[in-house]
Amino acid sequence: MLLDVKNLKISFHTDKGVFNAVNGISFNIFAGKTLCLVGESGCGKSVTALSLLRLIDKPGKITDGTILLENKDLVLLSEREMRNVRGKNISMIFQEPMTSLNPSYTIGSQIKEVLRLHKNLKGKDLKDTAINALALVAIPSPKEIMGEYPFKLSGGMRQRVMIAMAMACSPKLLIADEPTTALDVTIQAQVLTLIKKLQSRENTAVLFITHDLGVVSEVADDVAVMYMGEIVENGDIQSIFSNPKHPYTQGLFYSLPSKGITKDKSKLFSISGNVPSIFDLPKGCAFWPRCQYAKSVCKENSPLLKDMGDGHYVSCFKAQGDF
Amino acid sequence: MKKNSLLLEYYISFKKNKSAVFGFYVIFILVIFSIFTPFIAPFDPVIQDLSIRLTPPIFSEGGSWPHLLGTDDFGRDLFSRIVYGSRISIMIGTISVGISLFFGLILGSFAGFYGGSVDAVIMRFVDIILSIPAIMLAILIVAILGPSLYNAMIAIGVVGIPTYARVVRASVLQEKVKEYVVASMVSGSSSARLIFKVILPNCMAPIIVQSTMGFASAILEAAGLSFLSLGAQPPTPEWGAMLASSLRYITIAPWMIAFPGFAIFLTVLGFNLVGDGLMDVLDPKMKD
Repeated sequence: MLLDVKNLKISFHTDKGVFNAVNGISFNIFAGKTLCLVGESGCGKSVTALSLLRLIDKPGKITDGTILLENKDLVLLSEREMRNVRGKNISMIFQEPMTSLNPSYTIGSQIKEVLRLHKNLKGKDLKDTAINALALVAIPSPKEIMGEYPFKLSGGMRQRVMIAMAMACSPKLLIADEPTTALDVTIQAQVLTLIKKLQSRENTAVLFITHDLGVVSEVADDVAVMYMGEIVENGDIQSIFSNPKHPYTQGLFYSLPSKGITKDKSKLFSISGNVPSIFDLPKGCAFWPRCQYAKSVCKENSPLLKDMGDGHYVSCFKAQGDF
Repeated sequence: MKKNSLLLEYYISFKKNKSAVFGFYVIFILVIFSIFTPFIAPFDPVIQDLSIRLTPPIFSEGGSWPHLLGTDDFGRDLFSRIVYGSRISIMIGTISVGISLFFGLILGSFAGFYGGSVDAVIMRFVDIILSIPAIMLAILIVAILGPSLYNAMIAIGVVGIPTYARVVRASVLQEKVKEYVVASMVSGSSSARLIFKVILPNCMAPIIVQSTMGFASAILEAAGLSFLSLGAQPPTPEWGAMLASSLRYITIAPWMIAFPGFAIFLTVLGFNLVGDGLMDVLDPKMKD
């Protein structure tokens, strides 16, 4: 097991009070595998990703739990040791390729920077490795691109450069925070293929954050569904896609255009209600106000994540057979 | 080659702005004057010749060649003094802007980057300095250090720090939330590298504009201090000091006050026009 996150809790201390963005989640990823973290905006996906790098902005804080990367707890590392982990063992690509490259430097110098920080390369070796990294992400004429500034490149090209930079030091874990959301569909497919290709080449583990179930079906080995800072369902892709057990996961699938058209065929299905305010979480299961199956037990107690067989975990009283 | 194309773009849009180009020529002439001073000025700026004192400029009655702009109360050639004065003005601008910029960059970027209590302490300090009128603070500093041209430059530099710190802080705040900064953190950059190598190069546009404008106000403030005899001391051919010493002759030799005054006016105008032009080119959003 490459990454093992146990009971991770992240809270934000604000003027309005303390709120928990991530409420004791656990997951693990094996080398070469992809875990997709799915959920709607604000459910804590990105905070979870940044916490693995210990880069949560103030006033956020990891309050509990362990993040074991190859059996080393990242939560306990000093800032200095952590800097060495970043970029070398764990790297990350982002949603907005337009703003994730520094506009003041050429592509070449930005890639070389990463290599210099972690690989101690110099001179011609450094340049060749950088050109190779660009060639690996299928950038045409990488030598010329080395001297270009980011503003000359299209979004898809920039995302490739970002991937090249992230993979340049052969990280053990790649975090991809909605890397295809800002790209159009054809480029999206190319970028996904590219990530998969590099992943199998380097045997990298990937934590893929997205809210697009179509993307999930293409890349995931395992899926974890998050709702209000908790993982509500977790399992391998077949069991989640063929047999979603949590009402929230089921709702997500019904909301897809292909499956979710209701009988009168005029309207898409949507999960009723709104995401509750983080300051005013409902008692019991966080999902009950929006859940069509909710019973009194859901309003009183929070369900725990339980194994339903074959490593398919779900936290729902109904799915667990309590009613 | 690629970088040149961006510079070329800047050049083209700067050239469209006629007043900025005018300002550029003014600065250009000033720089030429200050580099080739001994070749351009026909006379030594401090050697006195009382036999020709208060000669009017060449184009008015009683003027005589080679005293183009006439002579002052000690018979020194006014044109030569103004040309030597341009050298001093450039020096004043460079040194005081340098001081303001150096400390402004450090304070502003630390305040903007670290935020929280660091920001609060630095910016409250800056606010306090800003609440004191600039010229009063400069006088205070000169009073402590003693009146001389160099102390005036230091005073003007120190007085300018808050403005630069604010400009730098504002653009650091704007830049530090961008994804490329997070991306750089993710790849393991230290805070120092983030501030100086990642963020600051992207804050250059407003800083360049502020520095150009700051050049103008530094020259003006130095002239003011010298006028109050707290800056350059006679016989240094500093424009403000020249104004001060010509006050007594305003009725009988108005050229003595007109030409140094005009030199100050033109220089300040030139830097401000170029500053405005640069603002349009580098940072179109900053326009009011």
